Amino acid sequence: MNIEVRLFATFRKGRWKNKFIDFDDKSNIKDILDYLNIEEDQVSIALINGKHSHIVEELKDGDVLALFPPVGGG
Amino acid sequence: MKGWTGKLIRVNLTEKTIKIEDTNMDDAKLYMGGRGLGSKYLYDEIDPTIDPLSSENKLIYMTGPLTGTYATCAGRFNIVTKAPLTGTIGASNSGGNFGPEMKFAGYDGIIFEGKSEKPVYLHINNDTIELKDASHLWGKDVSETTDTLLLENEEDAKVSCIGPGGEKQVLFATIMNDKDRAAGRSGLGAVMGSKNLKAVVIKGTNGIDVNDKFKFMDATKDAKDKILANGVTGIGGGLPSYGTQVLVNILNEMHSLPTHNWRTSRFEDGDKISGEFLADNYLIRNKSCFACPIGCGRVIKIPDGKYKGIVAGPEYEAGWAYGASCGVNDMNAIDKANHVCNLLGIDPITMGATIACAMELYDIGVLSKEEIGGEMKFGNADSILEWTEKTGNREGFGDLLALGSYRLAEKYGHPELSMSVKKQEMPAYDGRAIQGMGLEYATSNRGGCHVRGYVVSPEVLGIPHKTDPLETEGKAGLLKLFQDLTALVDSSDICLFSTFAIGLPEIASMLRASTGLELSDEEFLLVGERIWNLEKLFNLEAGLTKEDDTLPPRLLNEPVTTGPAKGKVAELDIMLEEYYELRGWDQDSIPTDEKLDELSLANKALA
Repeated sequence: MNIEVRLFATFRKGRWKNKFIDFDDKSNIKDILDYLNIEEDQVSIALINGKHSHIVEELKDGDVLALFPPVGGG
Repeated sequence: MKGWTGKLIRVNLTEKTIKIEDTNMDDAKLYMGGRGLGSKYLYDEIDPTIDPLSSENKLIYMTGPLTGTYATCAGRFNIVTKAPLTGTIGASNSGGNFGPEMKFAGYDGIIFEGKSEKPVYLHINNDTIELKDASHLWGKDVSETTDTLLLENEEDAKVSCIGPGGEKQVLFATIMNDKDRAAGRSGLGAVMGSKNLKAVVIKGTNGIDVNDKFKFMDATKDAKDKILANGVTGIGGGLPSYGTQVLVNILNEMHSLPTHNWRTSRFEDGDKISGEFLADNYLIRNKSCFACPIGCGRVIKIPDGKYKGIVAGPEYEAGWAYGASCGVNDMNAIDKANHVCNLLGIDPITMGATIACAMELYDIGVLSKEEIGGEMKFGNADSILEWTEKTGNREGFGDLLALGSYRLAEKYGHPELSMSVKKQEMPAYDGRAIQGMGLEYATSNRGGCHVRGYVVSPEVLGIPHKTDPLETEGKAGLLKLFQDLTALVDSSDICLFSTFAIGLPEIASMLRASTGLELSDEEFLLVGERIWNLEKLFNLEAGLTKEDDTLPPRLLNEPVTTGPAKGKVAELDIMLEEYYELRGWDQDSIPTDEKLDELSLANKALA
């Protein structure tokens, strides 16, 4: 399945902004983090198609995954 | 008591008298300082029904018991008055170095009364206090005014002043300090301008005593360690690395970034107005306020044009107002417009949101090119700069924009297109996609505002715990807690951003050690609740009612069209009913006698 992965803030350092990547069917967020070499505890917000999602949530073809380290503002 | 200096300056601008008086310490114990103590003085001393721009209004600068101490992020002070934009109580806090300097000079606060015949400024050097002529400063922008005052007085003094926006009583004029820090919302600068008070210049050389030095050092070290170890606020964290604009991409990815005057909730060019883009293309260095280990401030370059130079960068809400809200994807233009707001002394949130409202009126044919004397199209980067300059100087159609979006839209028969609550524009979080924020906008005591109860933290950022932004259940209680705690933070006068890393226990520990007040954590939180209720009483007496605790029709009736909140509107009614119950108010939003008694406000019960 093809997933668009979008990275933000410090996750972009040494990586990229966004990429379309093929993963095995039923891959979850944790599998994608492993591929990206990002530790689970570094992730503050994971959005699948804009919705806050748990690390074990599975993705499906065409999904957009957005990943953020801890951030705040206001 | 320690922490406070115990002295206030009272300046009558009509009579040109200056008096030193003791700070009311009974009230200080109940309201701390800053926003709370300032509100108590205002409530006691003015009739809430007065015209905010009349000489009867008072302008109160107030620090807190932590301002200027070694406590983390203790650089803040508040300015409190009846606000001209909203007609509510207006309190706005600011960072930088001005607040601590008030304490170093020996004063908890300054109360300005009456109105001067001619432009004046107040000069304070410890015990020497003098009103001076400001005729030569009238008309000068904030940067020129500050530079001139530093040349005429101590070169290392601290300056708080208005720009042309305040002089001309733009209803959302700011009071600026240290050039680019702002008491930004609700038009406090217009009150200062109405009094012909151009500036306050302070030089102080005293220390601030605290009650228990060892406990205070322990408490502040604990707080500082937590801030520095935190992923948001610590070294290399999101806030110091990218500033507050780091939020653009999160809110945009969630389809919660109000776009084109809140018609939609996602901006296609979000990344071009983000904190990441700013850091990659414009950031020179970070900037910190007094005693701040975070350093979220942005020092940026404007590379071209008449504003070319090294200036302060926009915050998230300002960047949003000029960016997504106006459909502008040009960061250079946003940076310039924000800088012009700092120079003219006007609030970029209301300014950008008012231009966005005008853009919608233009788009639907209510405003014409001939009528306004220029372009007002969504996405036009030149427009945001042009109309900001004209509004700050009240030129042409800018004279009408200077009244804010509500009065503008109402004049043209479309008040529903003003994205405001209590006539103040809501900032950058869609209350349909983040339900708790809808309730926050509706109930904030100063109208559309995000920092009275920033439930974006749990609803979006997962701080301290993640909650579902689309859920309404539990949001009333969560918001009440955030509002009460924030009132305490604003009245201790530390920066709200410290609360990404520390909470009530750490703040209470610093307050206990600083002041010697032996209150429990819960009793300190009750101080916040007391302040919230006093502000509410002021607003009720000013004539506001439950009908004002609402949201623009767009949020109540027009569902979000994309993203996880697709089909959702702000479910305000159900949350509001629960909110009033939890507050101990009746369903007309009036605090019950029992609640007022619990908060030691029984003598304030409405007649």
